[in-house]
Amino acid sequence: MSSESSATFPVKRGLAEMLSGGVIMDVVTAEQAKIAEDAGAVAVMALERVPADIRRDGGVARMSDPDMIDGIIEAVSIPVMAKARIGHFVEAQILQSLGVDFVDESEVLTPADETHHIDKFAFEVPFVCGATNLGEALRRISEGAAMIRSKGEAGTGNIVEAVRHLRSILGDIRKVGQADSAELFDWAKRLQAPLPLVQEIAQAGRLPVPLFCAGGIATPADAAMAMQLGAEAVFVGSGIFKSDDPAPRARAIVEATTHFNDPAVLAKVSRGLGAPMTGIGMDEINQRYAERGW
Amino acid sequence: MRVGVLALQGAVHAHLGALQRIGVDSCPLRRPGDLDAVDAVVIPGGESTTMSMLLASSELLEPLRRFVADGMPIFGTCAGMIVLASEIEDGRDDQVALGAIDITVQRNGYGRQLQSFETDVALPETGTFHAIFIRAPRVIRVGGGVEVLAHHRGDPVLLRQGSVLVASFHPELTNDPSIHELFVNSVLRAGMAG
Repeated sequence: MSSESSATFPVKRGLAEMLSGGVIMDVVTAEQAKIAEDAGAVAVMALERVPADIRRDGGVARMSDPDMIDGIIEAVSIPVMAKARIGHFVEAQILQSLGVDFVDESEVLTPADETHHIDKFAFEVPFVCGATNLGEALRRISEGAAMIRSKGEAGTGNIVEAVRHLRSILGDIRKVGQADSAELFDWAKRLQAPLPLVQEIAQAGRLPVPLFCAGGIATPADAAMAMQLGAEAVFVGSGIFKSDDPAPRARAIVEATTHFNDPAVLAKVSRGLGAPMTGIGMDEINQRYAERGW
Repeated sequence: MRVGVLALQGAVHAHLGALQRIGVDSCPLRRPGDLDAVDAVVIPGGESTTMSMLLASSELLEPLRRFVADGMPIFGTCAGMIVLASEIEDGRDDQVALGAIDITVQRNGYGRQLQSFETDVALPETGTFHAIFIRAPRVIRVGGGVEVLAHHRGDPVLLRQGSVLVASFHPELTNDPSIHELFVNSVLRAGMAG
């Protein structure tokens, strides 16, 4: 009667549901975490360098220093997420022991395993993983991810890849929904995804976990576009703290994510924010993070 | 009868779906005028500090206060319970507490995500309900005139005062309609009385 089960899949996915309609902001210090919370973030992502800096500095990008993550957990009352390298289950074990609320197995960090992602069912902490297409999303879900985010191209301030990935995932969900039962076998083969998950999506018309958008959001309009395309919430990485005036921009992106369908509100919150992060075109980058993950 | 679900942030679609499954007409609430078109309001789970800020900036705070003052039916789950409480511990200083129900809640009173859990709780009349608690608020004081409808390990987890119903867990995340039905039936009774 009063027996309790923690870390079940419904409990993991439940937190993802609670973050819906919100903005998760990358922060590298406790001060930035406070600014994010003050602006209405639903959660913060603690990491050592924002993606734009990882891109600029190069080298191997790893899990953050536990001291820094502790400091951020201490500074805010909203959920705290942190990134582990793809396949680096020990980084994930460490993050779980620190008490973070979500682990992001992230392509923004340098992959630790070029074949295997983390077995996320083996953990109590929920995981979010990136995906560029429906097959990748379903493989991550089959490994235990409780949330999917479209990857976009982190650290560019350019929404184009996020749009491509969202359209790919959601467009294929719509197509799978039109397929007959025999065609679903072929879909499972083409997507390289488990048949039961493909059948579930055909039935439900949506992923079995929330789909958020990440990678390139720099303005309130970008966030609203992701939401109108069908994302359930947004991650903003470099877009806030690489802009001229982070606090008002963070607040404006929160408002835009809620009122994504209301152009009058979007116009109002887009005024006077100062310069967004400069951003870069896809033909100017030599490393596409979105290609990491298998 | 039409039930509005506050759609500033949080598990809005889960509540809209739960209401739809029991045949209740529902709609999301985002703008000040939206409240005029509904007979009852659901405040979903989510991040209470975010919702609190968006209530003010979306000019929904005053209409919602009037809705409460008029004794209209409101149902709050998790973060929604925090927004409806009269006092909040471990919240932000600027956080909204509508005082619709005379309880004190401790934000994240059961701990962080790793301490989140699911369990069966006993309900009056309808039997057990499978309840999911996510970084849930803990009720640490219950005022006179507040009815405790369910407990878990000694803590009140489902409470009612007049037309206001609150739960520290998430009935919208399970397929059991009994708590949404409990709310809707009280709305219907209030409608007939009025």
